[in-house]
Amino acid sequence: MADPAGRGLRPVRAQAEDFDPAAEIDALAAEPGTGGIASFIGVVRSDPARPLRAMTLEHYPAMTERALRGIAEAAERRFAVRARIVHRYGRLLPGERIVLAAAGAPHRQAAFSAAAFLMDWLKTSAPFWKHEEYLDGTSGWVAARSEDDAAALRWNAAIR
Amino acid sequence: MLYFAWLRERVGQAEEEVDLPLTEATLADLIRVLAARHPALDDALAVPGLVRAAVNQDFAHVETVLADGDEVALFPPVTGG
Repeated sequence: MADPAGRGLRPVRAQAEDFDPAAEIDALAAEPGTGGIASFIGVVRSDPARPLRAMTLEHYPAMTERALRGIAEAAERRFAVRARIVHRYGRLLPGERIVLAAAGAPHRQAAFSAAAFLMDWLKTSAPFWKHEEYLDGTSGWVAARSEDDAAALRWNAAIR
Repeated sequence: MLYFAWLRERVGQAEEEVDLPLTEATLADLIRVLAARHPALDDALAVPGLVRAAVNQDFAHVETVLADGDEVALFPPVTGG
């Protein structure tokens, strides 16, 4: 049952260090009225056709947590859930966790929908930029994907 | 001014102060001044959608009117998550 360690962590935060997914889930489980939790964890992907050495996430410190809170609050209003977002920055290796988005709700549908909403808006509205270094010695900034804009827009509303 | 990602690399610095010679200057006015000051940004700033902006830590449109002391950031479309 709920590990009290998760309760002391702010529900929305940007940090360089890794996070413990179980502690985040347990913190949602401890919220009154929670009946289920849906979560998404993003990790650094290395394409076997072009192996990655590392990925560095740059962000806009003065803006980041405010933007993340805006996204979490929009999900909480829209789906009547409790939302948690933890997003890392700095240099990460393939397989390392980048982000956790999770929602706790009385019933599953709101939790699933809210977790998808959180990720769609994180992709388009949180001030992070990914820089990739490949094993072949090349490197470059990841380009934004138009599919991500379309995914966020399917929710058919600005988040604030 | 703050610059992030490849804009920071092209400008060669993460931040700088800019004085605008106008009252009621908009973000579009500022971008024209920056394009003249930083030839390395000129082509990027001319392409719609290639560069995004925030004023005082909120995403902003080019019609946004600027005030003295505003923190303006320029960056590529975000790629977090």
